Amino acid sequence: MSAEADTVSAAAEADARAVRDAAARARASQARRLMLAPWLCTIGFFLLWEVFCRVFRVSSYVLPAPSDILDATIAYWWPLLFHSFHTLWMTTAGFILAIVFGLVLGLALGASRFVHAGLYPLLVGFNAIPKVAVVPILVIWFGVGWLPAVLTAFMISFFPIVVNVATGLATIEPEVEDVLRALGARKLDIMLKVGVPRSLPYFFGSLKVAITLAYVGSVIAEYNASRNGIGNLMARASADFNVPLLFAALIALAVLGIMIYAVMAWLERRMTGWAQRSQFAA
Amino acid sequence: MTRLNAFVALKDVTHAYGSGDGFPAVEHLSLSIAEGEFAAVVGPSGCGKSTLMKLATGLQFPRAGTILVGGAPVTQPVRIAGMAFQNPTLLPWRTTLENLLLPLEIVEPHRSRLKRERGSYVAKAERLLAQVGLKGQGGKYPWELSGGMQQRASLCRALIHEPRLLLLDEPFGALDAFTREELWCVIRDLHAERRMTVVLVTHDLREATFLADRIFCMSARPGRIVAERVVDFPRPRDLEVTYTKAFIDIVHELRGHIADARKTA
Repeated sequence: MSAEADTVSAAAEADARAVRDAAARARASQARRLMLAPWLCTIGFFLLWEVFCRVFRVSSYVLPAPSDILDATIAYWWPLLFHSFHTLWMTTAGFILAIVFGLVLGLALGASRFVHAGLYPLLVGFNAIPKVAVVPILVIWFGVGWLPAVLTAFMISFFPIVVNVATGLATIEPEVEDVLRALGARKLDIMLKVGVPRSLPYFFGSLKVAITLAYVGSVIAEYNASRNGIGNLMARASADFNVPLLFAALIALAVLGIMIYAVMAWLERRMTGWAQRSQFAA
Repeated sequence: MTRLNAFVALKDVTHAYGSGDGFPAVEHLSLSIAEGEFAAVVGPSGCGKSTLMKLATGLQFPRAGTILVGGAPVTQPVRIAGMAFQNPTLLPWRTTLENLLLPLEIVEPHRSRLKRERGSYVAKAERLLAQVGLKGQGGKYPWELSGGMQQRASLCRALIHEPRLLLLDEPFGALDAFTREELWCVIRDLHAERRMTVVLVTHDLREATFLADRIFCMSARPGRIVAERVVDFPRPRDLEVTYTKAFIDIVHELRGHIADARKTA
């Protein structure tokens, strides 16, 4: 009787272990699947594209197959690399300008209701102007070259930084402000001790948006008013009807875009880890 | 009602928020609190208790009436006050210890001394943490602490610069009953040791009766004092006192005042 009970309990234990192991395996494979998902989706996307082009015999003047684009990438690897770096440089320069200007203006907007009320409509209006329409003006002022690209990148990307920094300042808890004011804190004390650190997560969050926008801005300007950069390479490829190169340039843009976004996301995690303790976004 | 040795005195104070002649938050409010006294203010919700705190610290200035703190009329933020609220409002990017040091970075004479004498200030902050039961927790970030522990840290922040006046706005309102009673004892002991003047704003009549020497009941908005009750249980008080008949009678009496205040609202 008792021997029988032992066997039963041993069997139950083995079952329990099997269930636990299966659960652990399931979790591990889930994690693996999540790691693989972006690669699978990207490869699948290009495979579908390739199959589509071959089955319907799409002309490479209309839509080149990924294999044609790869050929073009290999054939033009040096110009692609060179112009990518140029674009990256223009973007970074415009972006740094946008950070400085955006921080200063954002702090001013967040610190003073008067400045906020006065400048906000102006900012919204300015932001609504398509920056591609401004490029010709910049060309008239500064000629064809690097300056229009940097300025377009700057103009298109400072707005989200301003708005986010101002929001961070505007959301100081009134109790914290009371505690400090009752101690005789000046407005500047409260800004430096509470407002600025508080707005940092907003600031770094906005950088992810701003860098992508800056990138769009520099490419637009290069397309219209530069002798260098991916945008300019595309303009020339399009004039030559070199559609595979055009697409190769687009892919280079996408890869570069992902890279700069990743750098910003890493920076954000690095600088404001205290604000990201929630599991929600993970 | 105004006594000669009042440390905090409000005389016939009326205050309304906003620029126009809005409905006043407090009207003809008079009270006085002696130095070192533990005062509690109770009343129905929205009766202007928080306004009272803002007036007493010089964060707001009254439309009419006079306010004296430490014998001088209040014309600017008083600087001798520490404050704690229901929400601990610790800064999440600072460790608990750094949060404690925040008032010292603002208020003189500590502000100019902090850099040179950081070691002694840190030691002081750590002593204070140990006193409220947070020994060795200074390195943790606020979100690594439970709600009760955060509130203890918030109390420390209110006390680090040794204020002569401590203002507590429902500091234990969001805590569970056991933690709340623990913190009552913490604040009781801190008051016994430091003898600062305390103004505690609360909804909890047992809390007021256990902690305070003097309880003010406020009317519904616009707030004014409808009753003043001296609580003369000997100190130090043990939590057991809250189960005695005398204690329950006081709570009952206060409850009657609040009920009346709500009815006339």
